[in-house]
Amino acid sequence: MDENSEGFSLQALQAGDRAEFARLVDRYSGPIYRLALKMLGNSSDAEDVLQNTFLKAFQHLPAFEGRSSLSTWLYRIASNEALMLIRKRRREVNLADAEAEDEQDAEISAPVQLTDWCCLPEEEFLSDESQDLLNRAVQRLPERLRIVFILRDLQGLSIQEAGEALGLSETAVKTRLLRARLRLREDLSAYYAERLGERSKK
Amino acid sequence: MSASDKSKCESLLGSLSDYVDGSLSEDFCAELERHLAECQDCRVVVDTLRKTVYLYHENASEPAEVPDAVRERLFRCLNLDDYAKH
Repeated sequence: MDENSEGFSLQALQAGDRAEFARLVDRYSGPIYRLALKMLGNSSDAEDVLQNTFLKAFQHLPAFEGRSSLSTWLYRIASNEALMLIRKRRREVNLADAEAEDEQDAEISAPVQLTDWCCLPEEEFLSDESQDLLNRAVQRLPERLRIVFILRDLQGLSIQEAGEALGLSETAVKTRLLRARLRLREDLSAYYAERLGERSKK
Repeated sequence: MSASDKSKCESLLGSLSDYVDGSLSEDFCAELERHLAECQDCRVVVDTLRKTVYLYHENASEPAEVPDAVRERLFRCLNLDDYAKH
């Protein structure tokens, strides 16, 4: 069996075998749905991305050449679907944002928040408010950084796999990942520094 | 902090992500750690960056699942109704 087919029969999939395709859907719908949820921030858009990803996968499977693994190929379709939907939504609201975000992509900004909040007790990081903060901070990332961060840090793809899924060089993936992580660090630091201050007042 | 220290901080900023992933080359790693030993600000940035990445990894460690209703609609739209039973 081909090492890139991850336990699935590529021959059956490409011949349109529905049972094998159902197995593929069950294996990867969870990760794809989570990617879409984190990218779009709402369940209705995430469901659209999930459905379109597998509709397209079924349609394009006969042309799959196995240059990347099946899962990376699915992530590639899902990432494109999510980015397309975000751009479509933005066109409906405001034309200018995409360009502005691309500009900001150009350089790494120096850290601003310099409080060490690592010493906060564990319960601080487990609160619902903390979990909301993590989610909101991801939503605030420009989408080009957000998709790299989601693939690498939330879905656990390697730098190489994330590059294959997004059609980016490994250097570009690394740079975007660094920018994303530094921005998230700023957001989290602003919140946790305040929590630290409140605790010391008590 | 002197001006030259500041430019050192900036020049090392680009390697922090690799550093917290443990994938920075040995030479770079040694250089960065020499700087960290004498720069409190950079130590804070590295520690809080590492913690940030850790919190997100924890946050994503639960298995990713699709709600039953979403799965049902997915199977229907793919014409896989016959295979929808778990």
